[in-house]
Amino acid sequence: MELVKFIQQPWHWSVSGLLIGLTVPVLLILGNKAFGISSSLRHICAACFPANISFFQYDWKKESWNLFFAAGILLGGFLAAHYLQDGQDIQVAAATQQRLATYGVHDYSALLPSEIFSWSNLFTWKGLIFFVFGGFLIGFGTRYAGGCTSGHSIMGLSNLQWPSLVATCCFMAGGFFSANVLIPYLFKCFQ
Amino acid sequence: MKNIKFLIAGIFFGIVLVKAQVISWFRIQEMFQLTSFHMYGVIGTAVVTGIISLQVIKRFHVKTIAGEPISVAPKTFNKGQIFGGLIFGLGWAITGACPGPLFAQIGSGFTVVGVTLLSAIAGTWVYGALKPRLPH
Repeated sequence: MELVKFIQQPWHWSVSGLLIGLTVPVLLILGNKAFGISSSLRHICAACFPANISFFQYDWKKESWNLFFAAGILLGGFLAAHYLQDGQDIQVAAATQQRLATYGVHDYSALLPSEIFSWSNLFTWKGLIFFVFGGFLIGFGTRYAGGCTSGHSIMGLSNLQWPSLVATCCFMAGGFFSANVLIPYLFKCFQ
Repeated sequence: MKNIKFLIAGIFFGIVLVKAQVISWFRIQEMFQLTSFHMYGVIGTAVVTGIISLQVIKRFHVKTIAGEPISVAPKTFNKGQIFGGLIFGLGWAITGACPGPLFAQIGSGFTVVGVTLLSAIAGTWVYGALKPRLPH
């Protein structure tokens, strides 16, 4: 039980980063698989709604390891959130807290703010932007870029691939614009 | 059965994503508002660990557990990395998630993120349909 208590503490960024980085060699050694998660979205399209689109005409079953990996992430998320958290509020920088207060975000009891991420928001403008529009950008953008944070920023950079560095810089540029210009503007519109 | 090991690897990775707090919308806002080092520390350490691991695998010709040689395909450049990258970046800050964390957010109890995941699948599908007409 001492071990569980130890794991339940918040982890230092270096421990977290080390374990995320080790996923790269683990997947290679387990079966010569390149770390990357956004491909799972493509495999789901290929398996469920290929619709004669050439981009989805391939043997997705050969890549099914990726779907098992994604399902594992979901299970792991459940286990960690239910058994490996210490129940304390998340510690967020004061400057960011001040800014989020202007968005109407005050609940720090979980990893995501309940003021945004709840079912009651689904059929509001907030829900449309944060779930439907945001999700669409993730799926469209990662496939257009040929990878996401895992495939480009971690796997690609680990393999010293310059196209992945270009992609990572663009991820960051889009994120900076979104967080500092777009999101403050959207919250002004919601009020 | 051969895929069970990837399910288990996924479970460990999902636990790490939650404990690293990289699935947190708050941590993503901090990263892009430059108010905390946390995310930069996590991603930086992960990349350094990945670089060292791949160098070791290449130098010592490490094999898979089935005894096969390990090879990593290089990434080829196209303009999609710029346009797609910018589009994904916008969505990353809005949702506080990239594809991996989406699965972990759902598992950790934010079931409404299932809607985000469905929408991400729809976005992937629309990309596939429009691909021949997009600049690459």
